[in-house]
Amino acid sequence: MDLTTTYLGMKLRNPLVMSASQVLSGELDNVRRAEDAGAAAVVLYSLFEEQLRMEARELDYHMTAGTESFAESLTYFPEPSEFCLGPEEYLKHIQKAKKAVKIPVIASLNGASLGGWTDFAKKIEQAGANALELNIYNIPANLNLSGAEVEKAYLDILKAVKSAVRIPVAVKLGARFSSIANMAKRLDDAGANGLVLFNRFYQPDVDLDALEVTPNILLSTPQAMRLPLRWIAILHGRIKADLAATSGIHTGEDVIKMLMVGANVTMLCSALLKNGVGHLHTVEQEMRNWMEKHEYESVSQMRGSMSQIQCADPTAFERAQYIRAVTTYKVS
Amino acid sequence: MENKEAKVSNRKFMTMDGNEAVAHVAYRVNEVIAIYPITPSSNMGEWADQWASEGVKNIWGTVPTVAEMQSEGGAAGAVHGSLQTGALSTTFTASQGLLLMIPNMYKIAGELTSAVFHVSARTVATHALSIFGDHSDVMAVRGTGWAMLASASVQEAMDFAIIAQAATLESRIPFLHFFDGFRTSHEEAKIEVLAERDLRAMIDDNLVAAHRARALTPDRPLLRGTAQNPDVFFQARETCNRFYLVCPDIAQRAMDHFAKLTGRSYRLFEYHGAPDAERVIVLMASGCEPAHETVDYLNQRGDKVGVLKVRLYRPFDMKRFDEALPATAKAVGVLDRTKEPGSSGEPLYLDCVNALCEQGRGNIKIVGGRYGLSSKEFTPAMIKAVFDNLGQAKPKNHFTVGINDDVTHTSLPYDAEFSVESEKVTRAVFYGLGADGTVGANKNSIKIIGESTRNYAQGYYVYDSKKSGSMTVSHLRFGPDPIRSTYLVNKANFVACHQPVFLERYDMLKDVVPGGVFLLNTPYGPDEVWSHLPRRMQRQIVDKKLRVYVIDAVKVARESGMGGRINTVMQTCFFAISGVLPRESAVEEIKKSIRKTYGKKGEEIVQMNLKAVDSTLSHLFEVKISGGKDGGFELPPAVSREAPEFVRDVLGEIIAGRGDELPVSKLPCDGTFPTGSAAWEKRNIALDIPVWDPVTCIQCAKCVMVCPHATIRAKVYEPALLAKAPATFKSIDARDREWKGMKFTIQVAAEDCTGCGLCVDVCPAKNKTQTKLKAINMAPQAPLREAERVNWSFFLSIPDFDRRKLKVNSIPQQQLEQPLFEFSGACAGCGETPYIKLASQLFGDRMVVANATGCTSIYGGNLPTTPWAKNADGRGPAWSNSLFEDNAEFGFGYRLSIDKQKEFAAELVKKLAPQLGDELVQGLLAAAQKDESGIYEQRQRVAALKAKLQNVNTPESRQLLTIADMLVRKSVWIMGGDGWAYDIGFGGLDHVLASGRDVNALVLDTEVYSNTGGQMSKSTPRGAVAKFAAGGKPGLKKDLGLIAMSYGNVYVASVAMGARDEHTLRAFLEAESYEGPSLIIAYSHCIAHGINMTTAMQNQKAAVNSGQWLLYRYDPRRTARGENPLQLDSRPPKQKVGEYLLMENRFKMLTKSHPDHAKLLFKMAQEDTETRFRFYEYLAARKLTPEKPAEPTPPAANA
Repeated sequence: MDLTTTYLGMKLRNPLVMSASQVLSGELDNVRRAEDAGAAAVVLYSLFEEQLRMEARELDYHMTAGTESFAESLTYFPEPSEFCLGPEEYLKHIQKAKKAVKIPVIASLNGASLGGWTDFAKKIEQAGANALELNIYNIPANLNLSGAEVEKAYLDILKAVKSAVRIPVAVKLGARFSSIANMAKRLDDAGANGLVLFNRFYQPDVDLDALEVTPNILLSTPQAMRLPLRWIAILHGRIKADLAATSGIHTGEDVIKMLMVGANVTMLCSALLKNGVGHLHTVEQEMRNWMEKHEYESVSQMRGSMSQIQCADPTAFERAQYIRAVTTYKVS
Repeated sequence: MENKEAKVSNRKFMTMDGNEAVAHVAYRVNEVIAIYPITPSSNMGEWADQWASEGVKNIWGTVPTVAEMQSEGGAAGAVHGSLQTGALSTTFTASQGLLLMIPNMYKIAGELTSAVFHVSARTVATHALSIFGDHSDVMAVRGTGWAMLASASVQEAMDFAIIAQAATLESRIPFLHFFDGFRTSHEEAKIEVLAERDLRAMIDDNLVAAHRARALTPDRPLLRGTAQNPDVFFQARETCNRFYLVCPDIAQRAMDHFAKLTGRSYRLFEYHGAPDAERVIVLMASGCEPAHETVDYLNQRGDKVGVLKVRLYRPFDMKRFDEALPATAKAVGVLDRTKEPGSSGEPLYLDCVNALCEQGRGNIKIVGGRYGLSSKEFTPAMIKAVFDNLGQAKPKNHFTVGINDDVTHTSLPYDAEFSVESEKVTRAVFYGLGADGTVGANKNSIKIIGESTRNYAQGYYVYDSKKSGSMTVSHLRFGPDPIRSTYLVNKANFVACHQPVFLERYDMLKDVVPGGVFLLNTPYGPDEVWSHLPRRMQRQIVDKKLRVYVIDAVKVARESGMGGRINTVMQTCFFAISGVLPRESAVEEIKKSIRKTYGKKGEEIVQMNLKAVDSTLSHLFEVKISGGKDGGFELPPAVSREAPEFVRDVLGEIIAGRGDELPVSKLPCDGTFPTGSAAWEKRNIALDIPVWDPVTCIQCAKCVMVCPHATIRAKVYEPALLAKAPATFKSIDARDREWKGMKFTIQVAAEDCTGCGLCVDVCPAKNKTQTKLKAINMAPQAPLREAERVNWSFFLSIPDFDRRKLKVNSIPQQQLEQPLFEFSGACAGCGETPYIKLASQLFGDRMVVANATGCTSIYGGNLPTTPWAKNADGRGPAWSNSLFEDNAEFGFGYRLSIDKQKEFAAELVKKLAPQLGDELVQGLLAAAQKDESGIYEQRQRVAALKAKLQNVNTPESRQLLTIADMLVRKSVWIMGGDGWAYDIGFGGLDHVLASGRDVNALVLDTEVYSNTGGQMSKSTPRGAVAKFAAGGKPGLKKDLGLIAMSYGNVYVASVAMGARDEHTLRAFLEAESYEGPSLIIAYSHCIAHGINMTTAMQNQKAAVNSGQWLLYRYDPRRTARGENPLQLDSRPPKQKVGEYLLMENRFKMLTKSHPDHAKLLFKMAQEDTETRFRFYEYLAARKLTPEKPAEPTPPAANA
């Protein structure tokens, strides 16, 4: 049985990729375990734009706060001759990960604005990353910012990074666009080697005791996969960029569904956080069992077979499908 | 020093301070360095530790071992042991630290052991502590048998460090190398740095081998350190003479050898001046430098004067002294930087008198005088006064110079305007705030000028006595020749004011020369600034024809992303205006320096500084001076005219920066000061202050409790009192049912607040329509200042709530108690002071405090003012600081004394019973005094007793009158930080806790030596980065509470106010009520943790939630009731330790400096907390099942 697939120009032993997460890939041991459990590639945890900018400031602030004020305590900390700041630490992590495993290592940069990225993307490339996932996480809260301007910012960031590196670049984006298909096409045209669908935004919650807004981090549920499933199905065969499915992929059958609608790879995070990195092995086994039972020989055989272009009912992925769902719904 | 150019010199010129210069050498010629931090020597040890952690090797290619000890006594012992077993060893110290080394110094010298101690000479505490420089410490050890070598400048400090090392190895006499604390230790100067080959050439390895050969080793067993008897001790003591006799020759040979290597030639007694001088002054250390330049100045004008610089003070080589003193000398003035009360003269003077006498020159007139105590300025004007005195027919002897002694009339008059400053030297003074980075920028400027031009450079920095809102004054000189002016700039040609608030406080232009430059950071532009200047300043600008420049540096800094740090902006202005360097190359050098300084902190920091430089010049404007008298304002008095006379006339002068001008008669003769003085200071340092919203407020008083500066307070009072309330005074109905019908107010002392914001952070009440607002919210101070000043005054006029009617175990009620610790100069948001304030509220009117040296003693008792205060009855805490190491014993002494006097008073009461009446006697002797009412009633009885005693005129009654107040319970508090309690004072604390006596020890545990700049203590937790633990502390924090619990009769509590304030309150009440020893270990967040001080109480909460800090109480009274004495008040950890650790830079920076090690230590820290929690759970769960519960008994002394 041939599980191999391709993603961002890389041949992978199967379509299972460990998704970006500090908990998962922050520890080198987990990266090794992922390889052992069958992952075909890992996306390292994201280095955040804020981290690039703010970490240095925070350190500088705390190293200097209260200094040179009182004659007895002119400083409060020993000053090391060098610091391993977040970005540098990240680069070292890439190097270590590359040494630790044979599977491709994809670095991840997370940000929302232009500036300072390009230099760092280049350093990531030099550190040995096989590819770069650009996670553009933008909540456009500015009332005067038009959708067009938001979209342009995505494209500008991509172009800036693409012009700085030779390694493939995938864009991970959210689903909140007026026209996702158009956005995907424009990213495709701007040189994205892959699209990772979709980013899950952490949604705020209200703490009624503290009267504070708190981030509510929930693991994805299998239901979450319906959204990327639709758009991968629609985009498959229509753009050049590879498609990676993420959100709600927990089982071998989930993986197969994504492949059938057109994904090159599937990325797992919540399922691994919940069940451990070793769960990759289970998912692969579930895939194999299903394929064996249904007499599939390879991943390439099934990939895109249920996409909008290839499936029997193209409207099923569009509005008609919604109308049917409503009309067939019965109150119990 | 005669500087003859060395034949080949490719040594580096660098700018550094005296401490670094010394450490540079000492580190490289030693193998073991044992240290203990003490200002101003701490930096030498810190340099050594940093180099060791970076793997820097000594001249033999090995990395010296650096060990931090628990005290200077410990450091000296460790060095002694290390020397005895053959390693080249050293230490660095000063002041009391040196005194703690005396016993070992006698031993080391008695055993003829080669060693050098490097001492940044500092005042020994007498009537007061002083961190500044004089020779009282080194003079106190002159009997130990150590050679004493004094260096006068930063260059000499480096040079003499190696000369001393070479001389000790050859002579076997240990050398004390000293230089003036702060003046030399902290002066930044451009010096030629000795290369490793110089050090190598100075050290003879055969002598090193000889040192090792004398060491103790089982391979060649020896015995040293015997006890000797009257038969031989004396003779044996005389065996060392021959070593001392040749020591000066050896030292001079080392100097001569050094001169051949470097071109810098030194003599043991070095004369400079007219060869035929008639008047000569003799002195040592940094005072030699201005004496040198004054001599040159006076001789150029026809005088015949000279200065004899004493380099090697011990052994005192009389022959060389005689040879160095010109034959023409008729009058000699010897200057000592120390005072020996009751002596026939100060030590150097007496040595010189004796030398002249023994050398047959007794006909020379010789007088002695004192100068420069505690870094008092020593200027050419004073030196000229000494020469003038020598020119008198009968020169004044035993004089002082530099002060006005209007009591015993010792002082020499001097013309303060006399100056020898060269026109070739650029002299600049910068007034900045500690927080704005001014000093850092100036240190940087010194480096730029020193290292990128041929100019010599000097920087000296004067700091504030406060830790919050503190002013710094930087004194910089640049010139083509080495700079010998070791005194503050008093003829400045450039003055910069970095903070506009200083305009209304200080006379910054008094020392600027005509035609000089004044640079002002101000929000006002060049056309509007004039009317916002004080009128005196306007006159000075016009009269002196100053050029004035303005810049809105805050705006430029903010726009560049630098927040309030205006350092780079102001530095750029200085270079642009001063012309020290051509403007373009100056800008380039600043940028180069920014890249070098900030590069390791990331590109972001570099870029924002570069941006600030680029934006500066377009915002810098010269002000056209019209000479008009429009606008302006008069400077307010430093303190209110309503202040008590002493506060107004003495403390007020110190506050205004005119302390130098106070005569002797104005100062207390025994170091005793009134309390309650901080309330008069009105520092107005807060940009924002809390503003109360009565409607949202739930009257929990948490804000009042956490306020580190006692500037936010609550009162409950009768509504009728509001009749005279100012218009903006806020009040609302009190919510507590017991206060029905009364009014409640939260009031802020706007002029005393530091703006830390802790109160807002802990406020639990949120505005129901705008949740971003709480019951208190920060708002700009300036627009509120006037109204709030009136409101505060009215608030103070409202009577305090009757203490007897308050439930002291309920925070909302207890916090109505008046704090008797207010407006301290501690860091804004200090984590220690809320605990001290709480104790002062609860027990202040009967409290006597023994305070260990450290942060607590500095913000508690550093002039000009003290936060310790009195209540309306005139009662309040009495406070004193003895030393760092003896605080527990000091407080124990209070207890013994008070108890004895109380016992005697009781005895006298019994004796006088017939005259006093049974009822009063019984009442006095049986008073419970367990609560406020009990104490109130006893005070009433004592008042009645005193009244009756007035009519009983017997010896006993007169005795009793003097001690009758002791019949009212006194609460003894022993306070200090973890450096005291865990390290240097632990032995004493342990003994006092074991004594069973009724004392309350409060340990403000910041887990680091905060006051001396963040050195590791035994309280420092595993994984924390501190000085001497640059790679994260590898070991566990000491469990002081557990050790104390082992006695069984000590009340022990571990508290964290930010985690559970009611727990803290309960612990304080229990501790004080326990009639035995109590120990409260209070977690105190600190600026040395690298945290956001505004939200620091959240750090305390996280420390407890993660289990890193435990809350517990151990109460021996429970044992007596058959209960387990330990109550573990912490819940099981609900947060990972790592999450807490990453909230604080002290831990987080380890992940940036040693990431792999950080992971390991963080993991261990998690395991530590789990283990400790389980252990305490076990201890607290033990069932005590005595067959028959013991009757409660008062604690017995264990000792």
